[in-house]
Amino acid sequence: MMRDLKRMVWRMKTNRASLRLSMVPYSLWILLFVIAPIGLIVYYSFFDLSGNFTFENYKNFFTSVYLKLTVSSFWYAFLITFFSLLISYPTAYFLTKLKHKQLWLLLIIIPSWINLLLKTYAFIGLMGLYGPVNALLEAVGIGKQQILFTDFSFVFVSVYIFIPFMILPIFNALDKLNPALIDASRDLGANAWTTFRRVIWPLTLNGVKSGVQVVFIPALSLFMITRLIAGNKVITLGTAIEQQFLVTQNWGMGSTIAVFLILFMVVILLLTTANERGMAGSGKKR
Amino acid sequence: MERNGKLPKIFLTAVFLVLYAPIFYLIFYSFNSGGTMSHFESFTWEHYAAVFEDKRLIIIVLNTVVVALLSALISTAIGVMGAITIHYMKNKAMRNAMLSMNSILMVSPDVIIGASFLILFTLVGVKLGFASVLLSHIAFSIPIVVIMVLPKLQEMSPTLIDAALDLGATRKEIMSRVILPFIKPGIFAGFFLALTYSLDDFAVTFFVTGNGFSTLSVEIYSMARTGVTLTINALSGLIFVITAALILGYYFITNRTKTPASGVKR
Repeated sequence: MMRDLKRMVWRMKTNRASLRLSMVPYSLWILLFVIAPIGLIVYYSFFDLSGNFTFENYKNFFTSVYLKLTVSSFWYAFLITFFSLLISYPTAYFLTKLKHKQLWLLLIIIPSWINLLLKTYAFIGLMGLYGPVNALLEAVGIGKQQILFTDFSFVFVSVYIFIPFMILPIFNALDKLNPALIDASRDLGANAWTTFRRVIWPLTLNGVKSGVQVVFIPALSLFMITRLIAGNKVITLGTAIEQQFLVTQNWGMGSTIAVFLILFMVVILLLTTANERGMAGSGKKR
Repeated sequence: MERNGKLPKIFLTAVFLVLYAPIFYLIFYSFNSGGTMSHFESFTWEHYAAVFEDKRLIIIVLNTVVVALLSALISTAIGVMGAITIHYMKNKAMRNAMLSMNSILMVSPDVIIGASFLILFTLVGVKLGFASVLLSHIAFSIPIVVIMVLPKLQEMSPTLIDAALDLGATRKEIMSRVILPFIKPGIFAGFFLALTYSLDDFAVTFFVTGNGFSTLSVEIYSMARTGVTLTINALSGLIFVITAALILGYYFITNRTKTPASGVKR
């Protein structure tokens, strides 16, 4: 009896006094660094350069300049995500077949822990006119090519940066896949392609979705790689925001683009958030 | 797999080669006595010596490390409190709301975080520089700590707390002798990830740093835009060694906590 009372008192206290105390810093963080910044972005999007309330920024966004920018930004993000997936899926698949797969996975992840700027900087040298890639092209007989500051170099370096983030969720999904399902599919007469299309792919779709999520959204908002590798030839939504905030100092327009980027982000999240219930349901059905 | 046994190996080898090529390329030319990244003349340590002679660069490295350590420490403390708050929350709707709030900064693009923090700091009057960079690093590291600690709290059986209470433990003792030791691996993982988040960040820092303060990422960015010196290569060689050491250290720590001895000690 006494014990139960003590427990009850503890639970009540944890719910009230001590919890309230430990809640303070974290709640403050949510208020100051999650809610307030988003609110400020939305608020600033209604003001022009001289501080007057206006819808001009939104009108501007729907002019051909910004619509073109949005479309090209999506196109590049699509290309980057597509090629990342094209390379990551087989990589993750082959990795799960290896003996020391966790160690190999770690080796894939290690380059992503090297500072992003250093890797980008390396590509400036690698792809430069006198770099090893051009030396190789010359030796093969193709001759020197302008690789840096092209669409190709931009997509290539971006894919390079994002691959480990795509491999990780797909690897986890493939690793969880019960191999008996593949055996069953083969026993029932399905060939390798049908097995992949009807069994492996649907069951690892959630991994693919989270991979797409962690690549597509950052790819929409890249600005450092566009400047260093694409030589300002590629302009993404991220570049435009950086330009408005730090170069033109037009915070209103920058915030407006940011508002749309947030909206796109929400839509992408809704489309790619792994549906656990759906997964379980489809598993039961079969 | 049996039919095309060679293909996977060739594919994986190619992926590994491409992943490591830029890193080893940088390190290779850090030993080049010629001043460029294209013709290797002869072996030298001079660029490494240059790193240590460059006072400005050393200050920037120190800035980066101090910001990373401080932000990781503070965000770990706040993140652990946050995880405990969320875990012991009775109201389910409130808890889910908190969890979604937590993940907003995890999925937000860096540019948005940077731009919105810039507005915030300017409005509140935080001087752009060390303080604003540190605050932003703390802010974007907190959610990952919460994410790493929460599963550990969920793993913990509530009977542990009941047992401690029956044995006469006070609330403070329950926190310091039961809950915190149990979630320690999660705390370490969160701290480590916060550290790497801070060390690797470029975009957010780029937005909120003023003229006088710079971290390594921002410095490399401006160096890469203006001109090429092999000092950066030497620096990247050093960073590669330190990163590798950090990763090994992390694995050493996580493997040690996994051993059953930690349970017996008490």
